[in-house]
Amino acid sequence: MANTENIIAVKNLIKTYRTGDIEVHALNDVSLTINKGEFAAIMGASGSGKSTFMNILGCLDNPTSGEYILEGEDVLSRDKNKLAELRNSKLGFIFQSFNILPRTSALENVELPLLYNNKIGAKERREKALNALKSVGLADRVNSMPNQLSGGQQQRVAIARALVNDPIIIMADEPTGNLDSRTSYEIMEIFQKLNDKGITIVMVTHEADIAQFARNNIIFKDGKIIANNPVKERKNAAEELKKIAALSEEKSTI
Amino acid sequence: MRILNLLKVAYRSLNRNKLRSFLTMLGIIIGVASVIAMLAIGEGSNQNIKASIASLGTNSIIIIPGANFQGGVRQGASSTQTLKLEDAEAIAARCELVNHVSPVDQKRVQAIYGSKNWGTMILGVNEDYLIIRSLTITSGSVFTPADDRVAAKVCLVGVTIVFNLFGDENANPIGQIIRVNSIPFKIVGVLSKMGQNTFGQDQDDIIIAPFTTVQKRMSSSLIYVNSILASGISEDQINDAVDEISSLLREKHKLAPSDDNDFTVRTQSDISNIFGTISKVMTILLASIASISLLVGGIGIMNIMLVSVTERTREIGIRMAIGAKGRDVLIQFMIESIVISFAGGLIGIALGITVSELVAKFGGWPVVVTVSSVLLSFLFSAVIGVFFGWYPARKAARLNPIDALRYE
Ligand SMILES: Nc1ncnc2c1ncn2[C@@H]1O[C@H](COP(=O)(O)OP(=O)(O)OP(=O)(O)O)[C@@H](O)[C@H]1O
Ligand SMILES: [Mg+2]
Repeated sequence: MANTENIIAVKNLIKTYRTGDIEVHALNDVSLTINKGEFAAIMGASGSGKSTFMNILGCLDNPTSGEYILEGEDVLSRDKNKLAELRNSKLGFIFQSFNILPRTSALENVELPLLYNNKIGAKERREKALNALKSVGLADRVNSMPNQLSGGQQQRVAIARALVNDPIIIMADEPTGNLDSRTSYEIMEIFQKLNDKGITIVMVTHEADIAQFARNNIIFKDGKIIANNPVKERKNAAEELKKIAALSEEKSTI
Repeated sequence: MRILNLLKVAYRSLNRNKLRSFLTMLGIIIGVASVIAMLAIGEGSNQNIKASIASLGTNSIIIIPGANFQGGVRQGASSTQTLKLEDAEAIAARCELVNHVSPVDQKRVQAIYGSKNWGTMILGVNEDYLIIRSLTITSGSVFTPADDRVAAKVCLVGVTIVFNLFGDENANPIGQIIRVNSIPFKIVGVLSKMGQNTFGQDQDDIIIAPFTTVQKRMSSSLIYVNSILASGISEDQINDAVDEISSLLREKHKLAPSDDNDFTVRTQSDISNIFGTISKVMTILLASIASISLLVGGIGIMNIMLVSVTERTREIGIRMAIGAKGRDVLIQFMIESIVISFAGGLIGIALGITVSELVAKFGGWPVVVTVSSVLLSFLFSAVIGVFFGWYPARKAARLNPIDALRYE
């Protein structure tokens, strides 16, 4: 267990929702370890507990019972403020619905996590935010407002925001759920690049082809993990994008 | 999180909702402005009352017929006639703490010069009256005790009379004959301009003639006088002077020890106090009405902040998801409401002072903006900001990140 490569270790996670008399076991005894440099895609039927699991991993929600060790730290014994600090300094969370602030420029959105970090001054904050935006290919849209950006671009702003605090892990709940396949591939291209640089990524996805970009696939069913397999024929997003480009060129020449 | 960063966060969020922020501020602006303007008007009239009462002479004493009605109306003060000319003479002769005494008869009259006609007031007094009230003349001369003895038909006039009868304030009316209730009076002097008193009365709209002249030729009574004006030899002994006058008059009026006074002796400070109290009550009344609008403004802030918290629940969720603590959210919302109320307070102060000046300029109403009223209303608006901002802010801060994010 004392593996330094081991970023996340959860054990016997149980999450039970109670609405009236009905109990829903969203998570039913989930144990999992995630190693440094891993790129895991979580799949499973709707309602199988994927989002519930991700929210707990992202320290946004508490399990009913279980154990959660993040970089050797026992997360569940932390109070709210400590959890906020953890989210701020170690985690980057990406949502299906982007969740960037409206009427706030891309740059200000990306600066946001740093505003809640005492150790970073105004100049460094701006620099880091600009770098993060550059790394997701939005260097030229720094001052754009969300309503001037496409869905894919908004999601990239969200990714830049997740990256800006140099997190040890990025968690994404259906990051491509609201995007078309081409744009989804572009997001995957960014993820693969980040992963190649050593950033650990856990993402939830419904789409089998998106899962192919990850290194291993975890399957949820009824609140349990039923499989955790390495991806056999892993796809490269950059290459896939080239293929699509070639295809559309063919089409337009016809 | 640094407070500077939080200020920036709050500023950005206010800036995103300019119109809403401004409308919220408007409640505070109007509240603070009206508190300041009301207090300024109240304080202005207070000081004006004090000044014009003081202008009557600081140690003057007024004796009017009728019982003292302070603390319960017993009798219409001027409906009775109990003061006689000889009372005034006795006070002059026997009261050692009194140095000047004048009987006063006043009457509304019609003054005519050529084709000009003017309704005004004539005062019958002796030359002591001018000394007690520190009245001076700009031209001509004051009538003499000899004029009084022979009931000479001479008079002093205020500038309003000059203006209305001679067409020009600066005309020289000395030596001219005017008809006052068809009795010809020769103008011997013009009084220095006094302007309006607190109650808007034109103090220059007056004719002053020797007491005997008015009594003999115009008054209905040869025995009784309307009032007596006196002055004490010093301000310190003014109350002793009042006692001296009272006991003298009781003796002269043959009042038994069990009888109430059939006259009232008032000093300048008594009158000052009465009007001071009235003006204070008025100020408090005005200020409380204005405070209500400030309170309504505060509730406006709370309303907007509550709406804002609900509307921005998702935003709060996002902020928490990326590391904002409950405290950060609390401070952000508090800063927003404090900024609104502070900015509103400052603008309100400027507006309140402007309104006060305008009232002074166009309404002719005296206003005095005091530092304490500015501080008070600003403090009040700040407290309102904190108080009404706190509840919605705490509500926001207590949200669970995941609940806030799920909020639709
Ligand atoms: N706040 C909640 N209150 C009650 N039940 C909940 C709540 N959130 C989730 N659930 C239930 O928990 C179960 C797991 O939900 P979860 O959102 O984790 O599913 P999911 O795998 O993410 O589904 P999808 O693929 O549709 O997003 C579902 O049955 C859901 O109804
Ligand atoms: Mg889900």
